[in-house]
Formats: sequence, structure tokens, C-alpha cells
Amino acid sequence: MAHIPDGVLSAPVFVVGGLAAVAALTFSLRALDDRQIPRVAILSASFFAISLFSIPIGPTSIHLLLGGLMGLILGPAIFPAIFAALLLQAMMFGFGGLTTLGINTINIAVPGALLGLAFRPAVARASVARAAILATICSALCVVATGLLVALSLAFSSPDYAASAKAMIATYVPLMVIEGLITGSCISFLKKVKPELLSPHAAGE
Amino acid sequence: MSGGARAGAPPLAAGGERSAGVIEALDGRTRLLGAFGLVLTIALLKDFPAKIAALVMALTLVSAAGLSFAAIGRKLLHVEGFMIALLLLLPFTASGVPIATFGPLVVSDRGVERAISLVITVNASVLTVLVLLTTIEPVRLGRSMAALGMPPRFVHLFLFLVRYLPILRDELTRQVEAMRARGFSMRLKRHTWRSLGNLVGMLLVRSIERAERVDEAMRCRGFSGRFPMRAMRPMGMADLRFAMLCTGVLVCLVLLEWLS
Repeated sequence: MAHIPDGVLSAPVFVVGGLAAVAALTFSLRALDDRQIPRVAILSASFFAISLFSIPIGPTSIHLLLGGLMGLILGPAIFPAIFAALLLQAMMFGFGGLTTLGINTINIAVPGALLGLAFRPAVARASVARAAILATICSALCVVATGLLVALSLAFSSPDYAASAKAMIATYVPLMVIEGLITGSCISFLKKVKPELLSPHAAGE
Repeated sequence: MSGGARAGAPPLAAGGERSAGVIEALDGRTRLLGAFGLVLTIALLKDFPAKIAALVMALTLVSAAGLSFAAIGRKLLHVEGFMIALLLLLPFTASGVPIATFGPLVVSDRGVERAISLVITVNASVLTVLVLLTTIEPVRLGRSMAALGMPPRFVHLFLFLVRYLPILRDELTRQVEAMRARGFSMRLKRHTWRSLGNLVGMLLVRSIERAERVDEAMRCRGFSGRFPMRAMRPMGMADLRFAMLCTGVLVCLVLLEWLS
């Protein structure tokens, strides 16, 4: 849902998105240690595998975005993780776009990175039940933020898209609920089974 | 319109079976630069003639690469999944001269025009990417990216992702099958979300443990954070020809846009 293909956005929008993505990637790759690459990459592969898994909902199916969960677990390494996944998706399946790689990365990773940063200390400290609630809120907010950013990317590209973009936000509501619930239960599982994954010195930090 | 198409057609389409190797023979770097250049240009086009020329160019590439149109069609349908919402909404929501009404819904000429133009550009870009990039092994693509100056850390991450994605997809499929064997089915109830959350969590735990094993194995072999990258073969005549062809097509598209 959040992958805007080539040929939809206007040049200023995808150029600004591209520049922002280059800045974010440079910053987060610099912060990453060479030794952490396999760990971040294998985690990204599992997030990617999960997002490819389709969950049937009524007559259609949805795919998880996982921005909130990735932000909580990967921290700033969410930028290269999402960029690499989108690149692979564009190159392997022709799905998504090349000119829109930057803006798509920003739309998914920025909410994840910021909300992950904000929620992570509280999630790490909280009890299992409270952590699950916090993670639910975090990932639901991430989905909403991504939906808004996608709508804004469309609206800034052409006034003709503005009304459609507003209507498209509604399609994010079911995803928000489902992703929130699944992330909440996933975090409660991880707090019980592998609490160190959420400790201050985990994955991408 | 025929300008762009003619520039693209003869050298690639000539030769039937023999031409199947035309795209195959290209260097990864040529393909990456070519795909980015073409897709970027298509994204900048504004007028119909140039957009249609771009679509013709993309279709020419498909036939030159010897790809089956049926397989490509199936892929396109999948890609259009995202677009359906936008395409259905556009004719009703864009402001313009009304051309038809369905009850409270008004179809505007501008909306329809927008929707058609979107279908053309999106398909032209997707076809270009499908022909130039999806036909190459991701590992070669990784090496080409490194040769074009992508940061080595990112290239490593990309190559690891390529290596472990199929493995983790298999792992996920196995876990889902095991759940189904125990009688799990998707319903709108709490148990379903709890189980799916546990499934996601379990996959993450397993991938972390896998990453630890991989890391240990790599350190045993003296990994210091850098992979030795094989040098790339120098580019050949095929690459030069393709580069010239691409430049020609780009110039034609831009001229077409400029003239109309």
C-alpha cells in the first residue's frame, strides 16, 4: 500500500524524497558498525519475509508495513533496512519504483525511526502487559503517519491527486488496527522470550 | 511518437532468437544506469505523445529481451494492485469538466485524462525495470552497485538480504504450515492476532540466533568487515551500443516533449 510506483509523483517530490533518503542513509550507515551488518541484514530479511506474507481480510488481503516494530528493534538502522528491501523488491519483482525509492523509504522509515526512538526506552522498562500496549500504540501511529506521508506525497505532486489522497487514507485504518494488534502481541512475546532484543544495546545501536 | 520508437526498435528487435541475449549480454552497471536514466526521464514526461512513445519503447525492450508477454502481463497486474485505489478514485475526485454522472458521483474529463496518463507512465516504467533489472541475478546487481560507488556497508547489507530472504521465507512458510497442521485458521478474534504476533516474534528470535551463528562462523574465517569483491569485467561493445541507444531514445523523448 505504501509503495508509490514510478511515474506517479512530480519531480520536486521524488527529488526531495531522494535527497532526504540519502541524508538519512548516510547518517545511519555511519552509525552502524561493520560487525553489526549481518545481524541487521538477517533481521531485515525476516521483516521483509513477514511483510511479503499476505493476511486475508474479508475479500482482500493486506501486507504488514512493520515500521513500528522495525523502529523499536532496529533503531536508526531501519533506514538501510527498508531501503535495501525496497530496492530488492523493485529489482526482483518490478514492484515499487526506482525514482520513488527515496520517498518510499522516507514515508515508511521516518515514522518508524522517530516513534521507535520515542517509545523504545519505555517499552524496554515496562512490564510485559504495558510494553504490549505501548508497542500497539507505537505501531498504529506509525501506520497512520505513513498513510499521511503517502497522501502528502501525492497531494504535493498534483492538485488533481489531493481529493483521492484524502480518500486513500481511509484504506490505512484496517491495517492500523491489525498491525497494532500483531505488533503488541509480538512485543509481549519478545519481552518474555528474548528481552535482550529490546535492551539498550541491541541490534542497530 | 514514432521518433522514440524508431530509435529504439531496429538494433534490438532484429534477429529473433539471437536477440534474446541482447539484454543478457549487458553489464550490470549498464543496466542499472540505463534503467535509472530511462525511468527518470519517463517520470519527467508531461505530454501524451511522449508518454505513449515511452510505452512503445518499453514494449520494444520487452520483445527485444525475448520475455513472454503472458508472464509480464501477470506481473503487471500484481504491480497495479497499489494503483487500483488511485485509478478508481481519480476520475471522480479531480476537478474538471463533468462528462458523466452516476448518481451522486461525477466523472470529470481531467480525472479520466489523469488516470489514463498514469496507466501509461506507470506501465512504461515497470516494463523498463522488469526487462533491465529483474532479469539479472541480485548478487551481480550488488557487485554492480559497489562498482558504481554505493557505500560498501550498504552493499554488504543488500547482499546478506539477498542471501537470507529465501531462507527466512521458507522458515516462515514452515511455521505457518505447522500452525495450520495444529488447526490454526485466520478469524477475526483475539486468538488469531495473538498467534500471528507470536509467529512474528518467533521468526525474529530465530533470525537473531541465525545471525549469531553466521557472525561466529564468519569471524572464525577471519572476517574483518569487508568482503573481497571480484573486479568486474570491462564493459564491451554491447554496453557501448546500448548506452548510445538509450541516449538516443532519451533525446528523442525529450525532443518530442519539447516540440508538442
